[in-house]
Amino acid sequence: MTDRQTPTAQQTPRALRKVQKALSERPGAPRPADGEEGIGHPLPELIKARLREFYREPGILFWVFGFPLIMALGLGIAFRQKQPTLPEVAVVRTTESAAAKDVERALLGSERLHAHALSQAAAQRELSHAKVDLIAEIGEAGVIYHFDPLQDRSPFARAVSDDVAQTAAGRKSPLPTADATEAQLGSRYIDFLIPGLIGLNLMGSSLWSIGYNLVVQRKRRLLRRYAVTPMNRSHLLLSYMISRLAFLVVEVIVLALFGIVLFGTRVQGSYLDLLLLSVLGGASFAGVSLLIGARLENAEVASGWMNVVQLPMWVLSGCFFSYERFPEWAHPLIEALPLTALVNGLRAIYNDGAGLLTLGPETLVLAIWGIVPFTIALRSFKWQ
Amino acid sequence: MPPPISCKSLVKQYGEKTAVAGIDLEIPAGICFGLLGPNGAGKTTTVEMLEGLHAPTSGTIELFGLRWGAGHDQEIRARMGVALQDTQLADKQTVREVLRLFRTFYPGGRNVDEVIQAVNLMPEQNQRFHTLSGGQKQRVALATALVGDPELLFLDEPTTGLDPRARQSLWTIVEEFRADGGTVVLTTHYMDEAAALCDDIAVMDLGRIIAQGSPAELIDSLGDVQFVEFEVGSAPPSFVPDVLSSSRAVRHVEDRRGRLRLTIDRDLEALAAVLAELKERGVVPVGLSSHQATLDDVFLHLTGKELGHD
Repeated sequence: MTDRQTPTAQQTPRALRKVQKALSERPGAPRPADGEEGIGHPLPELIKARLREFYREPGILFWVFGFPLIMALGLGIAFRQKQPTLPEVAVVRTTESAAAKDVERALLGSERLHAHALSQAAAQRELSHAKVDLIAEIGEAGVIYHFDPLQDRSPFARAVSDDVAQTAAGRKSPLPTADATEAQLGSRYIDFLIPGLIGLNLMGSSLWSIGYNLVVQRKRRLLRRYAVTPMNRSHLLLSYMISRLAFLVVEVIVLALFGIVLFGTRVQGSYLDLLLLSVLGGASFAGVSLLIGARLENAEVASGWMNVVQLPMWVLSGCFFSYERFPEWAHPLIEALPLTALVNGLRAIYNDGAGLLTLGPETLVLAIWGIVPFTIALRSFKWQ
Repeated sequence: MPPPISCKSLVKQYGEKTAVAGIDLEIPAGICFGLLGPNGAGKTTTVEMLEGLHAPTSGTIELFGLRWGAGHDQEIRARMGVALQDTQLADKQTVREVLRLFRTFYPGGRNVDEVIQAVNLMPEQNQRFHTLSGGQKQRVALATALVGDPELLFLDEPTTGLDPRARQSLWTIVEEFRADGGTVVLTTHYMDEAAALCDDIAVMDLGRIIAQGSPAELIDSLGDVQFVEFEVGSAPPSFVPDVLSSSRAVRHVEDRRGRLRLTIDRDLEALAAVLAELKERGVVPVGLSSHQATLDDVFLHLTGKELGHD
């Protein structure tokens, strides 16, 4: 270093400037003002650059924040808790006796049924079109129930109708009973869905924002450009990670708030655990994403890989419905997927009030998916 | 002081393919060095090895007397600047933001405002990169190289695709850098660019340097010649090329898809003799032109290819 700052015989203006600079850069020497702004550290500047790329691109903002909200809204409305539907019953009376009329009146007036009086022929037609679950035919000899035993709701309609009819006919219950009802917190579909959507969104945004972006930057030769500067190379990857983290926190908060405000979902565990697990999940997908983006040069190929990674988890990991519906033997495989681990963990915190420390298997799965691909990616990373 | 660039017996093989087949270079401080060659000649591979992006298969590279991979990489990178032809710097950043970012990479460096001024981007400094014209983008690329106050500047086809005014303005910046004592390594497709900027030129083909010298030296190496080119509309079939080549003044005749290119002695008599010969035979030359040798002719002579048209 010293020889390049030593003035030589043939001194160029450039050499002079170097000497002046060397003098001004001695410890204690005032730094030349760089306009109004000082010369910052590369890491914050890289992070700022990443964030700018993000918030100056309205399209990205929509896909990261808008789209999942719209999906949550749509699914939440579609599957919102409906009032339990009452059994549909067609009542046909073939006799004029007072007892028969009493039973008919009881059936038509019951709050436990949705009953209406019909002619024999009309009732038969409605049953065959599954518009009613049951025909109650009130005759001289009593009541005949017509129904298709293969229809889910018909036996239930029969039981309710029979109970109403028997009570109207004067049956007394030998055992006294009473009903105590309350809505179960966290048992609705939206309570199941919101943690699933948070997981899904973290997967999507973490995968795309890192790997895909790296591939595009490599294609555009920006990585090569960085590689010939004295930039500390880990700073670039670190800037990706940190800016991802910043957006991840916002994503989780937005979706969670959305669930709370619109659908009254409650986080029964701690919000801190929820955020920590989300960060772990995001880091896990970031590792996978970095691996995809470590060497590829073609954006289409990269997006193909992203989909290869995402699609099985969309289907298998139980974001929209429980993966318990898949065959038993597949469960251990499904549970080894990072999205399954993340969503299961989020649901446990959300709906069961679990603490992060009790989520050992989930945390382990996420950690492995984070660390292994990350390590491989760092070793094989291509700058051009 | 060790030269900015010195390399010996530089070889790069990709599997079976030899991209660079043994190159020796010594580029002294303060000159503009041009590396020319058709596509696939090995220029890019050579420059990327010099820049430390690839390790050579064999041979040595020293920048400022320092070798790549020997613990001085950051110091070397701090002393060089690179402007790539088609770097798409971050689209959504403004010119100033891009330069501020690059400035932070360098331990020493120039004032961002000063660099923006040097590349004449003051009015555009707060525009986002993707809104700039090709020439402005190229000047930003150059500015990212200058902002580290390098001693050595690598320029990769800096003016490809630019209009003449944009090229001229880029050349001025490069000349200023060199006048200030900087060293430039330039790869280009344009002979006029090499002629305008370079003190020393190496022509590469098939992984080797096939000629090296100043532009004047390279042109003189063709001998005392000039060139006459024309098309023959309806010449008798026997006309070309044996008759013309029998004339003493004509050294070489080449039929380039109907356009004849004659290499003749560099004097007026030779030119007159050729024209007289044409007249005598009743040949009407179409699109007749004659010119002194240029780097294009040198290049064509050396590689049999026209630069930038391969």
